[in-house]
Amino acid sequence: MPILDHLWIIIALPLVGSAINGLLGKNWPKSVINTIAIGSVSLSFLAVLELIREFAQLPADQIPWVKDYFTWITAGSFRVDFSLQIDQLTIVMLLVVTFVSSLVHIYSTGYMAHEGGYYRFFAYLNLFVFFMLTLVMGANLLVMFVGWEGVGLCSYLLIGFWFLKQSAIAAGKKAFITTRLGDLAFTVGILLAFWTFGSLNFGDMFKSVSQMQADTMAHAGTITTIAILLFIGAIGKSAQLPLYVWLPDAMEGPTPVSALIHAATMVTAGVYMVARMNPVFSRAPIAMLVVAIVGALTAFYAATIGLLQTDIKKVLAYSTVSQLGYMFLGCGVGAYAAGVFHLMTHAFFKGLLFLAAGSVIHAMGGEQDMRNMGGLRKQIPITYWTMLIATLAIAGIPGFAGFFSKDEILDAAGSGPHKNLVLWLLGLIGAGLTSFYMFRLIFLTFFGEERFDHHKVHVHESPSNMTVPLMVLAFLSIFGGWVAAPHLVGGTDHFEAFLHPVFAAYAPENAGVEQNASLAGSAGASGEVASSPALELLHAILGPPVIVAVIGLALAWWFYIRKPEVPEKLERSMPGVYNLIYNKYWVDEIYNALFVAPLLFISRYVLWHLVDEGIIDGIVNGSASTARGMGGKLRELQSGNARSYATWVVLGAVGFAVLLLALVGASR
Amino acid sequence: MSVVPISYYLVLSAILFGLGAVAVVFKRNIITIFMGIELMLNAVNLAFVAFARAHGQLDGLVFVFFVIVVAAAEAAVGLAIVIMLTKNRQSLNVERDSLLKF
Repeated sequence: MPILDHLWIIIALPLVGSAINGLLGKNWPKSVINTIAIGSVSLSFLAVLELIREFAQLPADQIPWVKDYFTWITAGSFRVDFSLQIDQLTIVMLLVVTFVSSLVHIYSTGYMAHEGGYYRFFAYLNLFVFFMLTLVMGANLLVMFVGWEGVGLCSYLLIGFWFLKQSAIAAGKKAFITTRLGDLAFTVGILLAFWTFGSLNFGDMFKSVSQMQADTMAHAGTITTIAILLFIGAIGKSAQLPLYVWLPDAMEGPTPVSALIHAATMVTAGVYMVARMNPVFSRAPIAMLVVAIVGALTAFYAATIGLLQTDIKKVLAYSTVSQLGYMFLGCGVGAYAAGVFHLMTHAFFKGLLFLAAGSVIHAMGGEQDMRNMGGLRKQIPITYWTMLIATLAIAGIPGFAGFFSKDEILDAAGSGPHKNLVLWLLGLIGAGLTSFYMFRLIFLTFFGEERFDHHKVHVHESPSNMTVPLMVLAFLSIFGGWVAAPHLVGGTDHFEAFLHPVFAAYAPENAGVEQNASLAGSAGASGEVASSPALELLHAILGPPVIVAVIGLALAWWFYIRKPEVPEKLERSMPGVYNLIYNKYWVDEIYNALFVAPLLFISRYVLWHLVDEGIIDGIVNGSASTARGMGGKLRELQSGNARSYATWVVLGAVGFAVLLLALVGASR
Repeated sequence: MSVVPISYYLVLSAILFGLGAVAVVFKRNIITIFMGIELMLNAVNLAFVAFARAHGQLDGLVFVFFVIVVAAAEAAVGLAIVIMLTKNRQSLNVERDSLLKF
């Protein structure tokens, strides 16, 4: 059965798993729930593998491969089908999503083993996979939007998974409401896109936008507006400045959720969307610049906050925000492939970092504060080694996955067709900061003396269903980037070459030439005289990103191993800067004062007490009390006294007779 | 032989009806109220008969029969109620029976 003709199977499997576990699984044993949850997702993964085999044999003119299932909405000329599509970008996303999801599901069977609501957790997790796959396979903006909102819902449900914990509920609401701000703009962007292009199908939209090139000026403003509105949606979903505030709080959820949703997959949806809409973005230079600026600023800004966080998961959360910034920086300077490449490697090493952090927390019996850890590398060696590999990868040490992708992004920002040296510098400093705070995390957690009570904490390595996913991801954190390795010595970047059709098909003419040029292999050292492969390799390995990464590593080593008193001295010598960063620039407090407090005030005193209680309740209660008052008076007529009834009857009869006589008299 | 004018009958009927109504409204003894009601019914009967004779038609007489039947039925039901009330309360005073209210 060719899977290309049955694309729906890939998304249906997790949905079925979710429905079975969520509706029926309440009293089932964990083994059954595990089988259904892991089975559905890993079957989906196998289906994707089969899909890739078939996709490879597909002739180029049949890509993107679109399947229409049914007409979803028709109203006048507005028509949206529920349709799925497959192209190279979708393939990459499908692989990342189903593979990392499968690993996280396996890991969760260990991590969540002692938690209540086990069936609920896996039902949500499966549901998330379903929506995420819908998001990446949707063949038009509206189907994509269904997935987009669905993953937001699952994110909310899973952040607030421990619903008895006040902070978890608040964090869930914060995530939902903050992303909703972006989604509002996203919705308007979709409407404007339909109004402009006459269709929401990606293929039709891109054809339409590429034909508009003849009269660029007439449509430039609209296209820029669409791109920026869509990007605002991405800002919310992918936690960029200024809507990033929900992501650090989202760490209230269980750690596997942080790994899957808030690091590896969902938060990258914005990057995917920008890459998917590349024909539109490429024709909106201003929007591209906005994307690049927001990305670079976020990359730098979040990295500075990460420097002083003490909660192991918060460090990783700010790191995620920062790395997402790199992806947008890549997209913003036109290197979509580099952005998606970083998305993929980031899914591996950041997923691993979170899972390993979960393993540390598990080993420490729930402790998340790094100040209470230390010296753990002997007790939990597998966690230590895998986490170290992920750290080397995120820091961009040559040979590890993050090196290739981050290098490509900074390369594009520094010397690509849309180069911008300020943004490049921001990204470069951010890379140094990344290296510093990540090694700070490693040193504080695994090195130095043990800062916890041995009698209270029984440190133990996690069970194999948690460590095996760690090792698999560690393998990918090393080798996941090697597809791009030949690029360093002037060869082909296989990843970029694979994605090339997606980004070249509707590229504006001028950019298309440049993209082809970079494919030829000169981007690694563009602007310089082509030299021998060995020299180019040396140039890449000793490039500025690597140098700053090593400096960061060395500084972290100096601060936290060699001279542990240095950080305190620094803290005392410049308390202003320290407090500013330690308190995360008081952004939460500022947002609270600027937006939350006024909104609460208006809601409570104007809408609640005045409008609701005063006016609406006043009308309802007023009519009720009027009726009651009249009834109270009228019921006194019914005295139960037979003679008084008789009196009324007689009086009525007399009155009637008098009236009758008067009328008869008047008519004479 | 001179014919008694119809107005005589009507005036007598009105007086009887008024006396009955006054008895119903002002008396407290339930038997007396009953008698008042009977008085009112028969006053109406008198008026019907007078009109029937004056107009030479049978309609009024037919009505009288109906009224007599209704009055008999009313007496049967009403007196039964009176007996039950008296058994329960050892009193014929209607002032005391005022439970049928809000």
